[in-house]
Amino acid sequence: MYRIRFHARGGQGIKTASRILGTALFLSGLEVQDAPRYGAERRGAPIFAYVRADRKTINERGIILRPDLIVVSDDSLMAMAGAGVAAGADRDTVFLLFSEKPADFWQKEVPLAARSVLLKPPPEEEQRFIGAACAGAAARLLGMVDAATLAEAVTRELTPLGAATVAANLDLALRAHQAMADQSGMVREAKEHPVTASAMPHWIELAAEEVPLSAPVILAGITSGIVQTGLWRSKRPVIDPARCRRCWWICSTFCPDGAIQVDEEKRPIIDYQHCKGCMICMTQCPARAITARSEGEETEGGADR
Amino acid sequence: MTRELMTGNAAAAWGARLARIDYLPAFPITPQTEIIETLSGWIGQGELACRMTTLESEHSMVTAAGAAAATGVRVFTATSSQGLLYAAEMLYTVAGWRVPLVLVNVSRGLSSPITLEPDHNDVLAMRDSGFLQLHCATCQEVLDHVLIAYRLAEHPQVRLPVLVNLDGFYLSFTREPVTVPGQDVVDRFLPAFEPGDIRFRHDRPVSQGVAVLGGPAYSYFRYQTHLANLNGVRAYETIVDEFSSLFGRDYATVEQYRCADAEIVLVMMGSFATKAREAVDRLRESGRKVGLVRPRLVRPFPVEALRQALAGKKGVAVIDQNISMGKGGILHTELASALYGQPGAPAILAGFVGGLGGRDIAAEELYAMVRVVEQAVQSGVTPEPRLLYTEEELRGVRGLQAVAGTDRRDRGGKK
Repeated sequence: MYRIRFHARGGQGIKTASRILGTALFLSGLEVQDAPRYGAERRGAPIFAYVRADRKTINERGIILRPDLIVVSDDSLMAMAGAGVAAGADRDTVFLLFSEKPADFWQKEVPLAARSVLLKPPPEEEQRFIGAACAGAAARLLGMVDAATLAEAVTRELTPLGAATVAANLDLALRAHQAMADQSGMVREAKEHPVTASAMPHWIELAAEEVPLSAPVILAGITSGIVQTGLWRSKRPVIDPARCRRCWWICSTFCPDGAIQVDEEKRPIIDYQHCKGCMICMTQCPARAITARSEGEETEGGADR
Repeated sequence: MTRELMTGNAAAAWGARLARIDYLPAFPITPQTEIIETLSGWIGQGELACRMTTLESEHSMVTAAGAAAATGVRVFTATSSQGLLYAAEMLYTVAGWRVPLVLVNVSRGLSSPITLEPDHNDVLAMRDSGFLQLHCATCQEVLDHVLIAYRLAEHPQVRLPVLVNLDGFYLSFTREPVTVPGQDVVDRFLPAFEPGDIRFRHDRPVSQGVAVLGGPAYSYFRYQTHLANLNGVRAYETIVDEFSSLFGRDYATVEQYRCADAEIVLVMMGSFATKAREAVDRLRESGRKVGLVRPRLVRPFPVEALRQALAGKKGVAVIDQNISMGKGGILHTELASALYGQPGAPAILAGFVGGLGGRDIAAEELYAMVRVVEQAVQSGVTPEPRLLYTEEELRGVRGLQAVAGTDRRDRGGKK
């Protein structure tokens, strides 16, 4: 069985990527299972999706613990422990990362697995179709899907969204498929773990504990401050102080996360540790003093990320 | 007939579409909503001639479903978890009306604490309502069992509502290959409903669910519902025979996988059972005589088939994805009552609770449970019921408790 895990941020189309790859493998004659995994839906939060493919009926279910191929659409997930991109990887796992940064950067920062492939992300205007690039590249790395079948899968999955969307995704998926020509078939099917190779689980007996500990309550007040929800952001709002009219109540009230504070001079200050980049402040600002910048792009407020 | 990738939710919607449902009362809830979305899309595009009504709650939704079913039309509805419990009063009530309808439940753990992921406490809380319960393990089974459920509900010896259960996430949002039968063959299997005396009309009022003070009348009607529910076993067996001849897919009240010569048997319900099939294959490769038993029917409980499947086995591991507070696994309890005192009943019936709130059951744990039962067979001592829970998991919870501050609370002056 082939086991593929996609990692991305909510909103980047990774469920669609898993479906395109799933359909492409199914059309190529394999049995397939694909599924997204997320909690409460959150744009920008790390999510994953997975695909299983085999020549026989697939009985395994749920998350993939030992992937043969890991696809990461967004290199900022690499430093996020909660994203778990490397979970269960071993020496044989192929790691496909979309990144502007060169291989030697990654060798210093987060040393990549032995069998890694780097691909440049699509240009800004095509970023929202990155899922198609993930699916196209993954299909070629598996070496079991030809270009025509990939195109058929993209068309089937995206036709309800209109011809223009299909065309844009097709182009990107096929380019990524082509870019992986030299690595075609690089992903190897892992051997199944026999019973004898498996360890006993470390089961424990749960004992009854005192109610204050064992009831699902939060006594610590505002724990949401601990969670750096700013890491979910793909775009950041930046306030131009020259244009800001200091009608502070508008942006700070509309911010659904309470991430805009106001100083004594009535200047709104964005808390980038917790701003999720929803850009509601930008759409509400009457002076149009707030603009969107892509994360990673050098901005004035960039240092505090 | 086409074979395509679809989610369990899409498969449920396809089942309802092919059953040519007339009425769809709806209320959204994760992870069920995609079923209603899919059906409403078809209705909007004119592909399904059905009246859809959005209600203000699941309680009203099931009331509308029962009332519509009392007019003799074919009714479909779906919910999940908290929604099923909110509708609980009306599940019991419409079952007492003895009207046929199909309700799909997408299993999800109950509050508190709140979760979106699956276990079977929601559906099993409705175990005693009078609804028949069919539990599915694959997306194909979901589609097929919506069709089978209508035959059961409308069967003259049953005439009760039927609940079809699928697991949230593991089936609801998971695509796998599903064969969609042609409408012509479905129409042969499930012709238009001939409601007979079920024809409630505004100009011909009848009283449903009348008051019967005094125990004898009440006992009579309640026991009649029980007997009709029991008739579901024989009815299901007849219906799936016909299903097999038309569609080529075989079902039974109890799935038996590599059981014939098995000495140790795993018993479980729902989609996690396919993981157990895989584990059985691996264990067989290592020379162990292991099999899997999975009841598809939970109400009526297929007592005879389970007795036969387990007769002569040395040991059984029952894996419950639910927990009855103050007792333990529900399937374990039910199985014990079905097997006790029966000739050839396995001496070891070990109970495990796992998979609560979508918690995975790893292959290693399935192997380990078989090992525990093998040791129990050797020693002749049935092990205490166990929660599948690891040291690593408790460490994770300790971390959450530290964040929540529950570990810093003054506990008897020790901290």
